[in-house]
Amino acid sequence: MALLQIAEPGESSAPHQHKLAVGIDLGTTNSLVATVRSGLAVVLADELGRSLLPSVVRYTADGAHQVGYEAQAQQSVDPRNTIVSVKRFMGRGLGDIAHRESMPYDFIGGEDAPGMVRLRTAGGVKSPVEISADILRALRERAEAALGGQLVGAVITVPAYFDDAQRQATKDAARLAGLSVLRLLNEPTAAAIAYGLDNAAEGVYAVYDLGGGTFDISILNLSKGVFEVLATGGDSALGGDDFDQRIFCWILEAARLRPLSAEDARLLLTRAREAKEYLTFHGVAPITARLGSGELVDLQLTTEIFTEITQTLVAKTIQPVKKALRDAGLQPQDVKGVVMVGGATRMPQIQRAVGEFFKQDPLNNLDPDKVVALGAATQANLLAGNRAAGDDWLLLDVIPLSLGLETMGGLVEKIIPRNSTIPAARAQEFTTFRDGQTAMAVHVVQGERELVSDCRSLARFELRGIPPMVAGAARIRVTFQVDADGLLAVSAREQTSGVEANVTVKPSYGLSDDEIAGMLKDSLEHTRDDAMRRALKEAQVEAQRLIEAVRSALKSDGELLDADELARVEAAIARLQTTALGENRRHITLAMDDLEAETKDFAARRMDKSIRRALAGRKVDELNQIGSQGEQK
Amino acid sequence: MDFSADHFAFFSLPRTFRLDAPALDRKYREVQAQVHPDKFAHAGEADRRLSLQWATRANEAYQTLKKPLSRAQYLLQLAGHDVGADNNTAMPADFLMAQMEWREAVAEARAAGEHHELEHLHHRLKTDMAGRYEELAVLFDDAHDPEAAADRVRRLMFLEKLLHEIDDAIAALEE
Repeated sequence: MALLQIAEPGESSAPHQHKLAVGIDLGTTNSLVATVRSGLAVVLADELGRSLLPSVVRYTADGAHQVGYEAQAQQSVDPRNTIVSVKRFMGRGLGDIAHRESMPYDFIGGEDAPGMVRLRTAGGVKSPVEISADILRALRERAEAALGGQLVGAVITVPAYFDDAQRQATKDAARLAGLSVLRLLNEPTAAAIAYGLDNAAEGVYAVYDLGGGTFDISILNLSKGVFEVLATGGDSALGGDDFDQRIFCWILEAARLRPLSAEDARLLLTRAREAKEYLTFHGVAPITARLGSGELVDLQLTTEIFTEITQTLVAKTIQPVKKALRDAGLQPQDVKGVVMVGGATRMPQIQRAVGEFFKQDPLNNLDPDKVVALGAATQANLLAGNRAAGDDWLLLDVIPLSLGLETMGGLVEKIIPRNSTIPAARAQEFTTFRDGQTAMAVHVVQGERELVSDCRSLARFELRGIPPMVAGAARIRVTFQVDADGLLAVSAREQTSGVEANVTVKPSYGLSDDEIAGMLKDSLEHTRDDAMRRALKEAQVEAQRLIEAVRSALKSDGELLDADELARVEAAIARLQTTALGENRRHITLAMDDLEAETKDFAARRMDKSIRRALAGRKVDELNQIGSQGEQK
Repeated sequence: MDFSADHFAFFSLPRTFRLDAPALDRKYREVQAQVHPDKFAHAGEADRRLSLQWATRANEAYQTLKKPLSRAQYLLQLAGHDVGADNNTAMPADFLMAQMEWREAVAEARAAGEHHELEHLHHRLKTDMAGRYEELAVLFDDAHDPEAAADRVRRLMFLEKLLHEIDDAIAALEE
């Protein structure tokens, strides 16, 4: 694990040192990890050469767990403790989960149990975030074994239509798994990167992504190294699983089955999925199963019946396609190509419906199971800084759902509309309505409807520390910032006094910072020494990353500092360099803070300079030349 | 570079209603190519925070200037004219009458589920609005009459809202 290459002070480390970064497709049914090796995106296989990792985790009473094929093999035997399709539970309450009566799990609480669902397993109570973290950890270990070093970071893909709670849950899971998240990337966008770069595509493209449990449609404009998402839409609870469910219901009806045991239900759902896959290449699928009672199920499912029982599901995907096109201000004929992504797009009725709508054959030249992971790996490679400026691309993505606030009478006031390019921010002013009021609550929702009750509750923010004034005198400016991961942050400041209000977030379907900290602590206690070593190593990698970033900045823009400032920055680098060789994680963090503080003004001046240059209308490659020659102030 | 410069100055574009749209697109992309958070994903925290602020700023400026109505409202704001969203209802009677007729037509087509009629109304309204934006360009850039422009902008705010309602009605029919 020779990752740390410490250069002599003043000497910059090798500019082409390749940083280990991966793209992870955390799917409903299967997950994958990919990386860029020798300029080529490749999926990393396990020791048996298998690329996919079934997104299945089984928990056993001894506190251990199995992930992937091993867990999948046990799902009919131990359905209660073997969790499949956990992605459907991310950032969701119990009341949100469809077909939960036919699921073999032991959900905690009743219909209106607050917060994200939790499952009782033989290995203890598990949140979907922890279960997803176990999948991500397996992928991280696979990648580190294959690449022979610690990762600097990962791009993790999420459905474009995931709301804030679902995105946050994914990011929390990555954190629990010990991954540094470079970016949450929308799945269709990842596919567009893979397709666009491979085919040097230019023009308007649609990405139709039907996964195991989620559906996304994104309309993108590809031009000269810019991937611009014009609009996105979808359904975060519609996917291949629902087609299985329709077959499952058909089996129950056709075979006149009584209520089933959890084991039988899982068995028949598996048979349903197999029949669906079989029908991609055949006209009739045999379905046979021996139930626990000894009863034999023996049926034939034809393509005609399958098409008929899933007709409404197919139609349900076309609706968001129409909406996304309208949001983009386009007609079906404006779309140059339709990229098909996700295993469920193999179904012939999907291919046909999409072809009919766009009046063209969909593009199937990429492996629908791998394209998202490959695109994510390509983006991770870019974000890790492994590509030279000028040899890169720009990605402009959007938020899928409007963000709004609850106002009087349970109505929603939209603050950031859907399909806004991110990062985006909007400030809103509030006032107090009682004399001496020092706190106020803000309820943030996501969705397109007018009533709060029809939208998704994201979080309640409590602002505290407002200076006491007469009613209506305080002017509290609340800023909503959506970052490049599509995640919302809220800050508040009282305008007349300049007092920063204290914002406490109570996520409606997420985990609080305390809960995450608790889980992190639990997972650390299991493998304490290992975790300590890992944390130290992470700090060392971070420190090295920071030093490299500052060095390369000094190289291109050093003239923005006077001699004195330069000396101080160099000294801070040297201090961090020495500290990073030691074993004290806290000292490394402090030395990093110190270097950050010394370079704060420098960063601002550099940003300023680069914008000035950009606006002077010069091209990026010209800029590089100017940068290396040094520019006048 | 002044973070608080106006949106036109931000992109070094003249402060006019008529817009060199390809130039705006180009400049926006050139700025994002420098400041976007993806360029700083591996950088230190100070760089990442600055990048977030600048990229947000660039998006806001671009979105405001790109659409004609928000561009016009922004120009008026810069000129110190408050178009006051709801508090200025003193619209001429003939304009209000025409508005009522439009709304009735939309409601009828919606109730009758006439998809084509709604599409037709959408198209007609778009054409009508295009003419009004032409007029706005003359008022802003040739006649330099923000007073009159503000009046036209208020009407266009009504019409943009109406256009939204037609689109919503079409969407509702498709669901």
